[in-house]
Amino acid sequence: MNPNDQLQTSERFTTPKTRRDFLGLAAAWSAVGAFVMGMLGAMRLPMPSVFPESDTKVKLGKPQDFAAGSTTYFAPQRLWLYRDSSGFHAISSVCTHLGCIAERSEAGDFHCPCHGSRFDAVGAVTAGPAPKGLMWVELTVSPEGWLVADTLKETEPGKTLNA
Amino acid sequence: MPETQTSQPSPSEKKPVARHIGDDGAMRDFGRNLMDTPRSFRDSMIRHGKPTSDRARSQTVFTNFFLHVLPVRTHLHSIKLTTTFGLGVATLVLFIILCVTGVLLMVYYKPSVDQAYASMLDIIHVVPTGRLIRNVHRWSAHAMVFCVILHMARAFYTSAYKPPRQFNWVIGMALFAVTLGLSFTGYLLPWDQLAFWAVTIGANIAQSPQELTDAIGITQYFDPGRMQKELLLGAHYVGQEALIRFYVLHVMVLPIVTSILIAVHMWRIRKDGGFARPSAADMGVSDATPSMPATGGDSRGGESTGLLKTYGLMGLMKGKTPAVNLELRNTIMTWPNVMYVIGAVAMVTTLAMLLLGVLADAPLSEMANPAVPENPAKAPWYFLGLQELVSYSAFMGGVGIPAIVLLGLMLVPYLDREREDVGVWFSGREGRRIAVISAIFATIATVGMLAFTVRFGWLRNWEATARVPQIVITVLNPGTIFVALFAAWSVLVVRRKQSTRMGAIALFTCFLVSFAILTYFATVHRGPNWDFFWSQSDWPVH
Repeated sequence: MNPNDQLQTSERFTTPKTRRDFLGLAAAWSAVGAFVMGMLGAMRLPMPSVFPESDTKVKLGKPQDFAAGSTTYFAPQRLWLYRDSSGFHAISSVCTHLGCIAERSEAGDFHCPCHGSRFDAVGAVTAGPAPKGLMWVELTVSPEGWLVADTLKETEPGKTLNA
Repeated sequence: MPETQTSQPSPSEKKPVARHIGDDGAMRDFGRNLMDTPRSFRDSMIRHGKPTSDRARSQTVFTNFFLHVLPVRTHLHSIKLTTTFGLGVATLVLFIILCVTGVLLMVYYKPSVDQAYASMLDIIHVVPTGRLIRNVHRWSAHAMVFCVILHMARAFYTSAYKPPRQFNWVIGMALFAVTLGLSFTGYLLPWDQLAFWAVTIGANIAQSPQELTDAIGITQYFDPGRMQKELLLGAHYVGQEALIRFYVLHVMVLPIVTSILIAVHMWRIRKDGGFARPSAADMGVSDATPSMPATGGDSRGGESTGLLKTYGLMGLMKGKTPAVNLELRNTIMTWPNVMYVIGAVAMVTTLAMLLLGVLADAPLSEMANPAVPENPAKAPWYFLGLQELVSYSAFMGGVGIPAIVLLGLMLVPYLDREREDVGVWFSGREGRRIAVISAIFATIATVGMLAFTVRFGWLRNWEATARVPQIVITVLNPGTIFVALFAAWSVLVVRRKQSTRMGAIALFTCFLVSFAILTYFATVHRGPNWDFFWSQSDWPVH
């Protein structure tokens, strides 16, 4: 039996597919594809490309406004600003578990009221369900000499800014 | 040819020709039609006589758009209280109450961060009947979730998911999901503290797949968690964008989806052969030839078998044909008997909601304050079981386990295809025993696990496991352990009893009991900081 005969008896050959079948299927699947792509396109609308929050980037103050060893809270940004011997750093108080605001105790550690997550003074998880440490927020100095924080921009924990 | 034209009079010449105004035939017709209008209007709307004969009673049902989903005759078993407890009708009635009160509330409610809370105060204190309507809306929403859960349990325990009703069970699961969606989206609208923080938590649960993608390290390439949260909130935090999105979902998208699903669900009940019915309900009748009185039976249309119907073309169709003239003895006319039952359920449901609305005010805490979290920030009761699981790890508790449970429930009809004992509660004595044992097993497992975590804490509280990788914390939720235990238990039951139905009963009972205990536990015993308290009076004062 030569290969051509084998092909002739295979199912692909014995069940006829007419040109009309092919065109009909092509038309049907084109319609389905067009519909799905159209719906996907329409569903792009609710995905925001610009976010409404205008207050994520904020001038915290001039570096000299903060005494060495001081800790300052910025309530609208939910941000703790620290100045210590190595410079400035900022830790967000938004709990990484489900977005509640963690309280900072006198001792400097954090405690979330919603599900009991605990973080140490540098924001690392010590207890509870939080999946990661509190976010260290990137600090920059603007050309005019302001200390600027963007609460959406993360930096690696331990990185401080000398200003 | 003019001759033939004159010999054949035109149709207008056939009409009586008016000679005097007083003898005007058309005017007389007009007068008669005018007098007759109320009756002919009614006849055009309802094309049959008063339902005094079985024929007219049949027509009352099948020529009415709203009733034609019902059969003309209904089996006696279907209107027995213990068959359904009227839970499906009650759920439908609650949905209608919610639509009506919801539209009324929309008249005054303003979905804006600045005005939402003020418009709530207006509705409560100024709008005539506003407080009552809002109360009824809130309590009906809770009652609907409650009824949906009970309705699901009823359908499960009477095997109403078995062939040919498998797909309707799936639609039921979809309805369960959209009902929860409706409640969740409605929760934000008052814009009070509780709403704001419960939805903040909910949105972050939607983001929690990040725990998984972070652990694998693919978050920066593929981040479904962030996508879900941004789609839900339209922002990074709960604000105006989130409020308008929740409003649109709550008043438009989800009600339409729910309406369509309810319509399909009810239509499928009819197409799948009505309510699941045990074969015992037709005992001793199926082989007897039903008597066929020539006249229409008694005036109430009670036990008569007057309707003689032929299904000529049905015989040519493939598949099952309707059982003609069989079991007629055990059926009654739908009109008016079933209408009485539906009416009674509707009235009891409405009355209960009205009473609740008069007696108890729906809660409203102080206005949303994004700077201070509510402590404890508790979700509505039906989510509290999940919130308890979420307090161990967000992804598994809030996404993983609910998805597994919902998927598991959806697959039940495809995994258990035994056809015996359909329509019998717990499939008989053996099933009842399995249900009781499973309930005891689930109670011990759930209470034991909760007592353990309250007394000894969980992974991060122990020296040996405090530093385990996050992926272990994420996956090894106490809930994961319940689910694994319950799955193992039901597999054991399947093997021991050699019955998938018994295994399904074991699994479903475990989930139901566990859900109830978790809900109770989080409602009563969780307080500020999500700490354990015996009662709310032990809460520390803030």
